[in-house]
Amino acid sequence: MFYAFAAFTVLCASGVAFSRNIVYSAFALLGMLFGVAALYVFLAADFVAGAQFLIYIGGVLVLILFAVMLTHRIADVAVSNRAVGSAPALLIVVGTAVVLGRGLMVARWPVVAALPDTPTTHAIGNAFLGPYVLPFELASFVLLAVLVGAIVVSRKELRG
Amino acid sequence: MPGVPLQHVLLVGLVLFALGLYTVLTRRNAIGILMGVELLLNAAAINFVAFARYSGTPTDGQIFAIFVIMLAAAEAAIGLAIVLGIYQNFSSIDVDATHALRH
Repeated sequence: MFYAFAAFTVLCASGVAFSRNIVYSAFALLGMLFGVAALYVFLAADFVAGAQFLIYIGGVLVLILFAVMLTHRIADVAVSNRAVGSAPALLIVVGTAVVLGRGLMVARWPVVAALPDTPTTHAIGNAFLGPYVLPFELASFVLLAVLVGAIVVSRKELRG
Repeated sequence: MPGVPLQHVLLVGLVLFALGLYTVLTRRNAIGILMGVELLLNAAAINFVAFARYSGTPTDGQIFAIFVIMLAAAEAAIGLAIVLGIYQNFSSIDVDATHALRH
């Protein structure tokens, strides 16, 4: 079951990477995000899976689809997702993947026997308001700055 | 998931990372590049959650994954606002077309 979802995720990710139409890439990204959320469930991270659904699929993907629709004539059948320089890029990617893959196969990971799957929300909430309270507050500050910044960048009358 | 070894989960993250890197390197559409960045961030978050699962202390890694998701949302919002600004100025979001600062 895990491998089925992993294969689905990788298939959708290759759709993002190789599709010749930006709209198809966006919908492949939807499948990839679903697959990653399913993998989080298999890794006993229920809250992270929920956050993935709400933030990525409900927020980021809708944002990306809006941007695609706003910047393209949607009936255009021309290649909207141009890709260049695939040979050197493939060289870099394969080199990186070989190095990383060899690293993860050779290294001895000290694996602890799997704990029973328990709900994680309580522990995460306590950690956010306990040892992680400073990054938590910084995150809210960053989000406020992003909100203001995105409005400033996209307003017409403020640009030269 | 007692049946799945840690290496296989990390391998999924590795494949997603490679595909994201390929997307970022080859795309000339700015939104396509942002999608590649989303792939890279998801690969990193999968690795965080996998290590959290197999290390016996699940909370810390999952909190890092939540921060990654939060920063990805912030990055997408700002990035797409910039892309829309580029589209209004250049009528194109091809990154080769935006050379107004180049001699």
